[in-house]
Amino acid sequence: MRLPCPICGERDRREFYYKGAAEAADRPAPEADEAVWDEFLHLRDNPAGVTRDLWYHEAGCCSWIVVTRNTITHEVLDAALVEDQP
Amino acid sequence: MGFSGFRVLKEGLTGNSGWTPQWRDPAPKDEYDIVIIGGGGHGLSAAYYLAREHGLTNVAVLEKGYLGGGNIGRNTTIVRANYFLEGNSQFYSYSMKLWEGLELELNYNVMHSQRGQISLFHSDGQRDVFVRRGNMMRSQGDDAVLLDREGVRKLLPYLDYDNTRFPIYGALYHPRGGTARHDAVAWGYARGADQRGVDLIQNCEVTGIDVANGAVTGVQTTRGAICAKKVGIVVAGRTSQVAAMAGLRLPIESHILQAFVTEGLKPCIDHVISYGMGHFYISQSDKGGLVFGGDLDMYASYAQRGNLPMVEHVMEAGMTLMPMIGKAKVLRSWGGIMDMTPDGSPIIDKTGIDGLYLDCGWCYGGFKAVPASGFSFAHLIATDRPFEAATGFRLDRFRDGYGLMDEEGTGAQHNLH
Repeated sequence: MRLPCPICGERDRREFYYKGAAEAADRPAPEADEAVWDEFLHLRDNPAGVTRDLWYHEAGCCSWIVVTRNTITHEVLDAALVEDQP
Repeated sequence: MGFSGFRVLKEGLTGNSGWTPQWRDPAPKDEYDIVIIGGGGHGLSAAYYLAREHGLTNVAVLEKGYLGGGNIGRNTTIVRANYFLEGNSQFYSYSMKLWEGLELELNYNVMHSQRGQISLFHSDGQRDVFVRRGNMMRSQGDDAVLLDREGVRKLLPYLDYDNTRFPIYGALYHPRGGTARHDAVAWGYARGADQRGVDLIQNCEVTGIDVANGAVTGVQTTRGAICAKKVGIVVAGRTSQVAAMAGLRLPIESHILQAFVTEGLKPCIDHVISYGMGHFYISQSDKGGLVFGGDLDMYASYAQRGNLPMVEHVMEAGMTLMPMIGKAKVLRSWGGIMDMTPDGSPIIDKTGIDGLYLDCGWCYGGFKAVPASGFSFAHLIATDRPFEAATGFRLDRFRDGYGLMDEEGTGAQHNLH
């Protein structure tokens, strides 16, 4: 699998560190209650199909990237910088 | 039909014409007391123990493909009880005891071979950790022997002891560890459950779970609706999808784990060797193939095949540890879908919906757990209380942080296990 980094272009998967589901970028407020934190830290949709997940271009430009890809075929559909996300 | 040496001899002399199918192929009935979703190792084992231990035989196991076609048929067959943490340790110890009586219990040759498992260490610090683990195993009543470098060399003369990065300092030897014939475990439990009246229904995919007033009432399947008072979900990598049919969202991410086998060779590796620092472990099957594997590919996947970087990593680790295997040709590689929990330990629990139970999160270690998982799941379904050796496998431990079982000590977080 190769991931298209928005800054560096298509690069080997080994350059990236995998964080997990893209919701990991939406950190709850510190005072949010236990259920919200549980949701953020542990509970996952875990889709068999198209998913959005968070990768860190560790051996490249050090950007955090949201990758849209298919978990069944490993096809990569899109990659965008986390900072550009709405 | 019972199996025996005499029977094998007789059939061999009479053209093997007397064998009959080992289980029936029934059509689903409209209603069961208990429906188990998933006809893999854990599901079949649970059905067996429901009948054997609790006398509950109005039970159906629903399997979307064929029996034992999932992870039970694609693992690396290691059986061991070398866990450290309270909660895990007694569970795997119990599982080992069930393994040791399994062939007699099932009247089935599951080729359980206690050839010994050897976990290597490579530094003084790692030795200390292994001493502690060994003491925990012994205090649990299991076996562990600390080997120094020469002790390991006696058993495994073919390793590279002077690797620059990971020289071998010694190993923790677990003599009761070993392997078993994975398919036979599923078949043995299937036959035992079927003989006791459980319906094993194949090619029957569950498409919905019916819930009314907070209680489960049955399931929808590709072979029609089936009513049930209790439903157990035990579907490994697909747990998130099946649980979502009941509106549940779980602390699970599905990951790919690859395994490899070489062409058949004469006996050369007599043990199970675990090389943790290289994320590599190996044993030799009774057919002669070297069976080995590594770590997860480390990203969510349902592909049942991995990526090349991990293939390269595993081969490198193998060559580093035992250069002699460089001459063996790799015959096949494959991948299984692991239902990974944040702390790397499983879940056997109720769900918050009456009559709906969950057995999942086996991560990369489900095979050795098959007997005790089924036993514990059957106990939970039958009595509504957790089995004493499985009380730690609570679903809510992530939410409150109490009783997390992070065996690797890396942190109870999804991407770290």
